[in-house]
Amino acid sequence: MRRRLVPYLLILPGGLWLAIFFVVPMVVMLSFSLMEGDVVNGFALTWHWQNYTEGISTYADQLVRSLLYGVLATAACILLAYPAAYWIAFRGGVRKTTYLFLMLLPFFVSFVLRTFSWKFLLADDGIVLGPLKSAGLLPQDFHVIATGFAVVAGLTYNYLPFMVLPIYVALERVDPTMVEAAQDLYAGRAQAFLRVVFPLSLPGVFAGVLMTFVPVSADYVNATVLGGTNNTMIGNIIQNLYLVNSDYPEAAALSFTLMAILLVGIFLYARALGTEDVLEVATR
Amino acid sequence: MTETVEADTATGTELAAIELRRVVKTFHSHGEAVPAVKGVDLAIGQGEFFSLLGPSGCGKTTTMRMIAGFDEPTEGEVFLHGSDVVGVPPNRRDINMVFQSYALFPHMSVLENVAFGLRRKGVPKDEVARRVGEMLEIVDLTGREKRRPRELSGGQQQRVALARALVNRPRALLLDEPLGALDLKLRQAMQVELKRIQREVGITFVYVTHDQNEALTMSDRIAVMNDGLIEQLGTPREIYERPATKFVAGFIGTSNVLSGTVSRRDAAAAVIEPGPGERIVVPGTASAGDVVEFTVRPEKIDVRTEQPDGEGCALRGTVTEVVYLGTFTNYNVQTSTAAEVVVFVQNVSSADDVAARGDSVWLSWDPRHSYAIGA
Repeated sequence: MRRRLVPYLLILPGGLWLAIFFVVPMVVMLSFSLMEGDVVNGFALTWHWQNYTEGISTYADQLVRSLLYGVLATAACILLAYPAAYWIAFRGGVRKTTYLFLMLLPFFVSFVLRTFSWKFLLADDGIVLGPLKSAGLLPQDFHVIATGFAVVAGLTYNYLPFMVLPIYVALERVDPTMVEAAQDLYAGRAQAFLRVVFPLSLPGVFAGVLMTFVPVSADYVNATVLGGTNNTMIGNIIQNLYLVNSDYPEAAALSFTLMAILLVGIFLYARALGTEDVLEVATR
Repeated sequence: MTETVEADTATGTELAAIELRRVVKTFHSHGEAVPAVKGVDLAIGQGEFFSLLGPSGCGKTTTMRMIAGFDEPTEGEVFLHGSDVVGVPPNRRDINMVFQSYALFPHMSVLENVAFGLRRKGVPKDEVARRVGEMLEIVDLTGREKRRPRELSGGQQQRVALARALVNRPRALLLDEPLGALDLKLRQAMQVELKRIQREVGITFVYVTHDQNEALTMSDRIAVMNDGLIEQLGTPREIYERPATKFVAGFIGTSNVLSGTVSRRDAAAAVIEPGPGERIVVPGTASAGDVVEFTVRPEKIDVRTEQPDGEGCALRGTVTEVVYLGTFTNYNVQTSTAAEVVVFVQNVSSADDVAARGDSVWLSWDPRHSYAIGA
């Protein structure tokens, strides 16, 4: 009897934690998203679905922009992270862990602080652009801050390690004799990579995309610090509605809208990539 | 890079399929030079089943990897069908390999695995389908084309690995301990199977193993390697019956390594006479007063209770152990020269054991079966 209880006891602390700090707030927010009212007079649950329809129509631009920035930053992360992870996994030798640690080193400095330092670095007359402008290499009105590029670059930078780690783990598990077998079977280096190494590392890319695309699309710090009025993301709107306007129902409705879009997006992505294949390779 | 050489191989006038000349391979680790292969010369004939046999770390795998092109020799030359291939990458060598771990591509089906090489070579689609189908039939895997490697048993995976290499009709097939992961029964079945497939396709096989039984069963010739060098190269019979070195005698099967001082010469042999009535004849050039080491295989020795007559070898001893092993009985005998000798006696008739523990016996064998080593 006691033996059968052990597995449940193991899951109990984590399960309770999730129930209290995840499920309860989710239910509370979900009910908020269907309420009407204001802070002064209080909110009442009236099944007000218009919170959703109004939110989507009013903030369609920001929603689309969030997803676009999410896709761009995620793609940039893959392009930067894959070669780095590949190099560490196959050429890192005995210093693999050192290189990985260096990749994670920025985590030891506050996320907000790092983003602000970017603002300082890339300011219109800052230490990078200032000298270039006075040297006449850039036009006087050139700027990086307050552009979509700055926001995507910031997002890419901040979430890069979340892409490097899972890709590294997947590549590390690829048996080097697989590469030799491919070469033995008349594949050149490029073919061996494309036909064998890359497909075998896809579970890592898949995990990396999950770990970057979702938080990137919901991020508001980068758009606040590095973006201008034309680069606001849905995260900024939600933050404003919640903390400034105290419009909790609208903020909650937008949050759930974003969540639904991301879930559908991830689901379609998994289908397109062939989850069965991904999971099968991942559990080999 | 390509250079054609005249045929001058062990197989006569025919050009060797694979030839290594003074091949040396030194690895560098932590600034230290580690020699793996210290100078290997060998020529493997077309269609031959050739084994590289030796304990782990003897250099046999490195030797094979140099033939495949995964490692380049530090010194020396490697010829494939007369062409020097040093510097040629593995994908441009007309050789395929069966890896010890099989190295099947886990994300591909059996069919895709087997077709991989042909597709990379740009063989037309219908020909790929036909050849893959034929090959799967040869290795008895028809009907499992769509399976993933991990859905197959060890033996089936092994056969996929074999098919994936052979379907390309390479000029030589390299096998790196391919049966190591299989259990005994399956291993024995696969030995017979491999030999059959090799005869059927007529391709040169280079087989790397540390298992002497495997090498003796399947090979046309064996190179016994130790410490980066070839100790002996010959047919299984030569290597088993006439081990050239003490290492070979000890590594292949059970062998008795004895030594003695030559008391006189008799025709083409040296004669050792340890005691009254005792006589050991060792063919060779040793002269009186020399100490010779020689081997006698356990199954060549006869155990008797009376002194044998005739001109054969005869040695007195005491039985220290008798172990009945079904088809034969194993006797351990302490000789008058204080050496421990193992004797296998076939249980031909159902008679009782010739001798019991503690009995005084005579060991006898035909002088043709004593081989001087290191001579």
